[in-house]
Amino acid sequence: MPLHRTTPEGYPVLFAQGNEACVYGAIHAGCNFFAGYPITPSTEITEGMAREMPRFNGIFIQMEDEIASIGAVIGASAAGAVAMSATSGPGFSLMQENIGYAYMVQLPLVIVNVQRAGPSTGLPTKLSQGDTMQARWGTHGDYTAIVVAAATVQETYNVTIRAFQLAERFSTPVVVLLDELIGHMREKLVLKEIKRLTPVQRTFPKIPPEWYFPYKEPLDMVAHPAPVGEGFRYSMTGLIHDKSGFPTAIPSEVNHRMEILKNKIMMHCQDIWNWKEHYTEDAKYLIVAYGSAARAARGAVETLRNRRIRVGLIDLKTIWPFPYRPLPQIAEKAKTKRVFVAENNMGQLIHPVREALPQNIKVHGIRRYDGYSLDPYEIVQLVKEKIYA
Amino acid sequence: MHELTDIYEYLRWRKRFPTVWCAGCGIGSIMGAIIRGIKDLAIPKDDIAFVAGIGCSSRMPVYLDFNTLHTTHGRALTFATGIKLHRPNMNVLVVSGDGDALAIGGNHFIHAARRNIDITLILINNGIYGMTGGQVAPTTPLGARTHTMPYGNIDPAFDSVELALAAGASFVARSTVYAIMQTTNYIKKAIKHIGFSMVEIISQCPTQYGRLNNTANPRELLLWQKEHAVPLATAKDMSKDDLKGKIITGVFRDTRQSEYTETYRQYVKKVQAEMEE
Ligand code: SF4
Repeated sequence: MPLHRTTPEGYPVLFAQGNEACVYGAIHAGCNFFAGYPITPSTEITEGMAREMPRFNGIFIQMEDEIASIGAVIGASAAGAVAMSATSGPGFSLMQENIGYAYMVQLPLVIVNVQRAGPSTGLPTKLSQGDTMQARWGTHGDYTAIVVAAATVQETYNVTIRAFQLAERFSTPVVVLLDELIGHMREKLVLKEIKRLTPVQRTFPKIPPEWYFPYKEPLDMVAHPAPVGEGFRYSMTGLIHDKSGFPTAIPSEVNHRMEILKNKIMMHCQDIWNWKEHYTEDAKYLIVAYGSAARAARGAVETLRNRRIRVGLIDLKTIWPFPYRPLPQIAEKAKTKRVFVAENNMGQLIHPVREALPQNIKVHGIRRYDGYSLDPYEIVQLVKEKIYA
Repeated sequence: MHELTDIYEYLRWRKRFPTVWCAGCGIGSIMGAIIRGIKDLAIPKDDIAFVAGIGCSSRMPVYLDFNTLHTTHGRALTFATGIKLHRPNMNVLVVSGDGDALAIGGNHFIHAARRNIDITLILINNGIYGMTGGQVAPTTPLGARTHTMPYGNIDPAFDSVELALAAGASFVARSTVYAIMQTTNYIKKAIKHIGFSMVEIISQCPTQYGRLNNTANPRELLLWQKEHAVPLATAKDMSKDDLKGKIITGVFRDTRQSEYTETYRQYVKKVQAEMEE
């Protein structure tokens, strides 16, 4: 794609789709392996990666299905690649078992889910945020997921880069949760990282193979299993394993493994949480949203502010781990009375919000699930209804 | 010839033994054959990625001192594809059971063969799901009893050799645990082969298949393999009726065709050359 313009600082400026922004983000983050399978509305990412990967000495492969795609991505990550796949609802469902494997063996990788309406085939070309919970609880068993989101094309680019950094930092899969609207919409995009060029590097062990334990956690609890083929032969298994990677069923070792999978992320929440605030300082009423719902909510907040109603917006960029500490802090500071959760589904994000807030704050859902974006005017009406009820 | 101690250096025997396998199971013999093959070829342990899915045979990577991945059921070939693409110089071996490779992983099997990616698939066929306790597999012979076909199997069986040939694998062979020297030999050929290679090894499962079908005696099961194996050369002159219920063994295909990771490298070169123009 020709780069027509640059900012005064020399950064290329494009008028691009969210899905294209995701491709640029991945390349600038240092992604060198992509396996995928076409599915609306994420196909542009797969096509973009097919175009770009060979030009950057990376690998692109279209696999036979999404299960195979994520399998190849995990295999490549095990071999030391900075790997990624992109998909949408049905494909994300197919990937779940293998995603669980990646959580278990602690391999870094990025999965982009451009959400469409479900269940089943649903509305392939319409937007939804119905995978909010699936991204957190999709695979079987207990684990802790990192899920990031974006509300603009520019943010999609930034958040994709961040996803790769988080994946490597915590040696875990990271899900980028977009939706059809963000994926297909065109906006201004500044390729800020093109000059910085500090691609994500895989972490290698610094000790000799004889002393090496792939799952012996350092103080920060994040083990980085060595890439296959570097001389550190060890066992990688989806069974619960001990520090050397061998299957174990000893209760204390099982407990340790399970706690690590959770705590290696939960103890670093501060570094993972990310959100944007709009008018929250004195927000008697607060809207919580992410992605395209946050765009609509932003419009509603402006309108309501014009009418002197003290409404604020928290636009989540990290959905999971849910910012369960910052949210009540913001609400307390602003003496918030009511919280509205705007989302394009039948009410998923509302659950962690409710859980995080004290009982005296009322939580209401603003929902739309007909495949179309929330309407700012609708939000204004609903908020006013509740306030003046 | 190999000494028994020869194989020790390839085993995680201090840590992981005994194995989960039943006495008389064929999988251990196949593991021995794989080790002897690799030892003969003198491939450094670090250069081998050993991938398996789930099942009795897929427990093998846990015991072997290579770079081992014990992955999800049926998906071993997809993980192996990722490894091979990112590290084309590694020897990637996949061990799969018949259920793993032909039922849940059937799709990945044909597509790996179609791409002719340089992976060696060792398919251990014992005609049953052993680990889960003896259920019908896509390779269970008609009429055989299993816990999910208690009155005799009615599902026609797969012939993995024909499947691999049709899908485009460039090395295809079949052997039995009884003919363990032949098995070792084929495994060696398959590892050396450039392109997708598949060796099917007919194995015995005395605990599940045997117990449900007349005999749990491994010796008898091995002799059954001996009696029913027909070399490819002999089979050519036999009629279809004579071949019914027989196991045809031998190398069915051994050709050099364009291999996927090589082709991909050429593709990248082409793309970059066009970019410079
Ligand atoms: S159940 Fe059958 S295949 Fe599994 S270890 Fe026992 S004998 Fe071998």
